[in-house]
Amino acid sequence: MLDSDVVRQDFPILHQSINGKPLVYLDSAASSQKPLVVIQAMDEYYRAYHANVHRGIYQLSEKATEAYEAARRKVARFINARSWREIIFTRNATEAINLVAYAWGRHNITARDKILVTEMEHHANLVPWQQLAAETGAQLAYIPLDENFCCDMAAYEAMLDAHVKLVAITQMSNVLGTIVPVREFVARAHAVGALVLLDGAQGVPHLPTDVQSLDVDFLAASGHKMLGPTGSGFLYGKRHLLEEMPPFLTGGEMIRRVTWTGAEWNDLPHKFEAGTPAIAEAIGLGVAVDYLSRLGMENVRQHEVNLTRYALEQLSQVEGIRIYGPQQVERRGGAIAFNLDGLHAHDVAAILDREGIAIRAGHHCAMPLHQKLGVVATARASFYVYNEPAEIDRLVEALDMVRRLFER
Amino acid sequence: MDDLYREIILDHYRNPRNKGTLEDATHTFQDDNPLCGDRIRMDLKVNGTGVIEQVRFDGEGCAISQASASMLTEMVLGKSLEEAKAISKQDILDALGIQLGPVRIKCALLSLKVLKGALYGLSGAIDEEE
Repeated sequence: MLDSDVVRQDFPILHQSINGKPLVYLDSAASSQKPLVVIQAMDEYYRAYHANVHRGIYQLSEKATEAYEAARRKVARFINARSWREIIFTRNATEAINLVAYAWGRHNITARDKILVTEMEHHANLVPWQQLAAETGAQLAYIPLDENFCCDMAAYEAMLDAHVKLVAITQMSNVLGTIVPVREFVARAHAVGALVLLDGAQGVPHLPTDVQSLDVDFLAASGHKMLGPTGSGFLYGKRHLLEEMPPFLTGGEMIRRVTWTGAEWNDLPHKFEAGTPAIAEAIGLGVAVDYLSRLGMENVRQHEVNLTRYALEQLSQVEGIRIYGPQQVERRGGAIAFNLDGLHAHDVAAILDREGIAIRAGHHCAMPLHQKLGVVATARASFYVYNEPAEIDRLVEALDMVRRLFER
Repeated sequence: MDDLYREIILDHYRNPRNKGTLEDATHTFQDDNPLCGDRIRMDLKVNGTGVIEQVRFDGEGCAISQASASMLTEMVLGKSLEEAKAISKQDILDALGIQLGPVRIKCALLSLKVLKGALYGLSGAIDEEE
């Protein structure tokens, strides 16, 4: 079992006051905080062995290369990839998805094809496909949500045909918290010959994720949402797909040989890592992955199930609250979007900030979803390994205060 | 309890002044802040001597955006077009009487942007694009 009291000790940022009140950080779905070990690993790299990777014939560079490549292997193990060659470091999940949209999409999608996404996608897993569809003439279609904020699987089934080439879905909605039944999605997509890209920006930090068992073709994730630094992220792709794909960005590092007339590409994964990578960030991400593995992703999930259950119970007592997302904790993660009747989410968040409580307010990079929900914005509280029930109590108290303030 | 939500802001938010639309507006304009979801429309009726004799605002959004629009209608009522054009960002912030960060300041100033849109030649054209 995960002991958040102990975990909290590892996160220096949490031990401060905002406006004279102890910080309650409930915005991990936007970006998680970092344990000291991650901060120290990056600090140590810069202090003790910073050098460029892969090329230097000297000890510092060899040590840096070793640490950078060790981080890749940690990530590969974390998601159970068959090979470290299937892990491409990117800046974030957005870049990973764009890599697929450009390197795979521009060479495999034609005007006859269809791309399916769900109605709850983050803009990162929506706009790249809109752009691809606009350029190629392909059709982009939306898998609808049912009344319980889950994917309508019958509708999905009906949308599948031989023209569908890609199904790009989130593993867990960053607004609704909805967890998608990935295996079911994949089995049905593969049955019609479509590939599946999984946007794991929310899922990978919070759910045990095994790419072999899920059988997804691509998986994108962001390091900064899983205790790692900003500027770190990765794309997993099945090796045969990555082998067939042309490069996304070109330049140094990703070539084997360059002549006056052309170039040969480097082996995987370097073919997709043009230029000097974010070395410190990759090392930091590797340490974050170690940290999560030590906690155990099953324990992380269970901790969040407990918190989410408690939060849903407590929040539902707040007068005039509307919660957007599945009620059953088994079907959702710890990102809870809500509104207080008659109040704009920005006002709610601004008053909570005065109480030292950090929540998100806005459309959370999912404007079409908010249009479907019929609201311009929602407030969102989201949890991670360091959150505890007492913080949810503070949130609920503060929401009651917001109500009173505006009701007078 | 809260300096950001001073009583005067809450009062204008709960009881907005000059809320609604004008059938016979001479100047009208609408704009929104899509990132926040704030939307404001402003209708002005300017008489033959160039004085704003009626004003209405309509919209939805956060308390800061709506309160500032309500306050702005009180500021422009009875003013000449030239006087209304001279209203500055600082005038709005002074009326609100609060310190705002870079995100919320856009909420506070949306109504002024809409007013200026109405005053400067964009009259009669409601921007229907959402």
